Amino acid sequence: MPRTIDRDMQRFKQIVRGKVRRNLRKYITHGEMIGRTGREMVSIPVPNIDTPRFKHGQRGSGGVGQGEGEAGQPIGRGQQEGDGQGQAGDQPGSHIREVEITLDELAEMLGDELELPNIEPKGKNAISSKKDRYTTIRPTGPDSLRHFKRTYKRALRRQIALNDYNPERPVIIPTRDDERYRSWKTVSEPEANAAIIYMMDVSGSMTDDQKEIVRIEAFWINAWLNKQYDGLERRYIVHDAVAHEVDEDTFYRTRESGGTRISSAFQAARKIIARDFPPDDWNIYCFQFSDGDNWGEDNDSCLDILKEHILPVCNLYCYGQVESPYGSGDFIRELRRFEDEWENLILSEIGSKDAIYDSIKEFLGTGR
Amino acid sequence: MVVSTHRPLPQEIRDIQRELEETCASYGLDFFETIFEMVDYEEMSMLAAYGGFPTRYPHWRFGAQFDELMKGYSYGLQKIYEMVINTDPCYAYLLRANELTDQKLVIAHVYAHCDFFKNNAWFAHTNRRMLDEMANHATRVNRYVDRFGYDEVEQFIDTCLSLENLIDPYWPHMSRASDVKQNSRPGFESDGSDDDTANSQGRFPAKDYMDSFINPPEILEQQETDRRQQLKEQEESRSFPAEPWRDVLLFLLEYAPLKDWQRDILAIIRDEAYYFQPQGQTKIMNEGWASYWHSKIMTSHALTDADLITYADHHSGTMATSPQRLNPYKLGIELFKDIEERWNKGQFGPEWDACNDLHEKDTWDKQLGLGREKIFEVRRIHNDVTFIDTFLTAEFCAKHKMFSFAFNDATDYYEIASREFEKIKQQLLNSLTNHGQPFIRIVNGNYHNRGELYLLHDYNGVELKLDYARDTLVNLQRCWSRPVHIETVVEDEPTILSFDGESHEMQTKDQ
Repeated sequence: MPRTIDRDMQRFKQIVRGKVRRNLRKYITHGEMIGRTGREMVSIPVPNIDTPRFKHGQRGSGGVGQGEGEAGQPIGRGQQEGDGQGQAGDQPGSHIREVEITLDELAEMLGDELELPNIEPKGKNAISSKKDRYTTIRPTGPDSLRHFKRTYKRALRRQIALNDYNPERPVIIPTRDDERYRSWKTVSEPEANAAIIYMMDVSGSMTDDQKEIVRIEAFWINAWLNKQYDGLERRYIVHDAVAHEVDEDTFYRTRESGGTRISSAFQAARKIIARDFPPDDWNIYCFQFSDGDNWGEDNDSCLDILKEHILPVCNLYCYGQVESPYGSGDFIRELRRFEDEWENLILSEIGSKDAIYDSIKEFLGTGR
Repeated sequence: MVVSTHRPLPQEIRDIQRELEETCASYGLDFFETIFEMVDYEEMSMLAAYGGFPTRYPHWRFGAQFDELMKGYSYGLQKIYEMVINTDPCYAYLLRANELTDQKLVIAHVYAHCDFFKNNAWFAHTNRRMLDEMANHATRVNRYVDRFGYDEVEQFIDTCLSLENLIDPYWPHMSRASDVKQNSRPGFESDGSDDDTANSQGRFPAKDYMDSFINPPEILEQQETDRRQQLKEQEESRSFPAEPWRDVLLFLLEYAPLKDWQRDILAIIRDEAYYFQPQGQTKIMNEGWASYWHSKIMTSHALTDADLITYADHHSGTMATSPQRLNPYKLGIELFKDIEERWNKGQFGPEWDACNDLHEKDTWDKQLGLGREKIFEVRRIHNDVTFIDTFLTAEFCAKHKMFSFAFNDATDYYEIASREFEKIKQQLLNSLTNHGQPFIRIVNGNYHNRGELYLLHDYNGVELKLDYARDTLVNLQRCWSRPVHIETVVEDEPTILSFDGESHEMQTKDQ
């Protein structure tokens, strides 16, 4: 028997989720959630949900305490009060409650909030999984699966055939033989698979701030694509003048110095695709982040590789250019020149942390 | 509901309970029959979230409370040892995971609570069959949910809860007298049937031949014209109620244009508010009384050598103080002990008050031995406000290092304000009076002669929390359906806050 408190708690959580949803933009830029996956819970601070009452404010308030201390000695900080213009309970400071939400749920909210279209995957034949489908009928089974309509029809047919049926008094009584039950068949269904290749410029001109932006953005892209695909593979490439394939952890931590040769990363990406992800079977996503400060002569070879080998096989190729105090930001201009030719090429400039939200929308808003 | 199916206590605990019940009774504690149940922490949290009752109407705030308790417990931040509800018989819940020492402490503590519920005057009018009543409330609300939909009902409950604290703590104690009066609320209806009573008003009973002396006709006439005059004035201004009403919920029940189911839900919320209200009114006394007795009984009867350390640890944990929050357990137990000592030694009365010799006061002992008797009397007639008002002494404040603190606008900090006895006492009484809630009364239900509702906040130095006040007005308007106003003080200016159903308004009151 379900306990009534569970119902009340469900309702409360529903209300809280509504709050989270409304403040999503703020939570997106929080770095703290990074490193969680799928079902794992993330804790999100939301302002406590309170019933408004006529009650005393802080002005003129006080109390009685116990302990040491001289007059005038502070004993505790006042709460941050709102200016009184807003809605009750929406001001921060009063009571903060940590709510736990699975990352999947959060990704879904993000999807809803950004109005991200669900992705139409291609190549549904690489890997298959087994699923039970209720598509057949059989004469035995549990009552809960009884097929009323079919049972009724058979009984009706039998009674008519036996001349038992009286249209004046159309009572149909099914016998054991009439009963039919729903049944299932196990079928193999192809699963759509996706691979994400992240490329990040770790040259000297990329500061920690910029990497933080990349980290957060990559995290949310992961969360969203994870929800969209059954199997998701990720590969990480860092580059300065040369590129290396690294694991996730290293990707976020590496700090190199020196020049930038974006083509090296493109070469590496091309190799990974050829080696691990035959484009016919995989939905491939490439996300490249850089401050756009490339070695002058390198641009041409970059574009060649991109046009010849990468763009034709990708669902999406996203280039996010973070603003850097040092970089010239030229690269995005190079790409803009043929942005129109490739509809799977998406460019986004990420000025600051606050722009992450919109940038995610630019990247994933295409539904590819 | 799974929880309330009665499970017998383990033999060991039952034996302890029997023994303690006897011990408590031998001290003169007088309680309803008390039924103990063992529950696990989840059940305990659920009961606590429901205010001690196994069945409540559906509402998210219970879920929120439950969630918070469960989290607090799993992070090791807090733990509820026991829970007892004011019913006849009393139900008390013990936490299964408690050590045996804790169970003893808790059982003794519970018996003292039950004694308090049964004997304290402020609980005299609480419904002792609240267990059934709460279940009835739940059934009624569930029925409304089925008929009108969850969201609709929930929204209305939210609205009512926002006004829940606008009741009159003295109402249960005077309602019996005013039952009669209710039928003839002055200024509201006056039909011919009033005439009989009008004639006899102001008239004292007298024998015929004495009548003209005891009831002089000219005085009677004067009174009669005064009364008519008054009635006429009220009639003209069409304002009601004649006297300010503190029980805003009752006012809404009687005069607001609510649907039947809404009226019923509002009545339910009001009933429950009145049921819980004495517990807020006697928190310090109730906890002090229970702590006094668990400590007395544990230290003179129940403790074994093996229990000692655990008991000392947990008792002192319960009594811990902190600068910003007065611990009601600590304050209560110390005051009861102080009263007992003073009445044992005869440190009261005019003689004691007149004595200025410190040394004499220190050694004052008339060996009266009235202490125990006195504290039983105190637990019978006082509530927290009168308790503090009567028994808090300068010596006590000094001994317990009490101070008053105040909020400093300039620094945004609460700061220690004073260690003077008078100020501490004043501050403490202020924060206890009306349970620390602002005094708010309805002064006019026909403001501007347009059926608008006008409330008055009796400003006593502390301003209302503005954003909350605005949102509460919205809820009030939802019930009243005509514009609502509250007169209060904002930044030292008398101000009227209004809400007409669409927009808020705030204007300084004309002097």
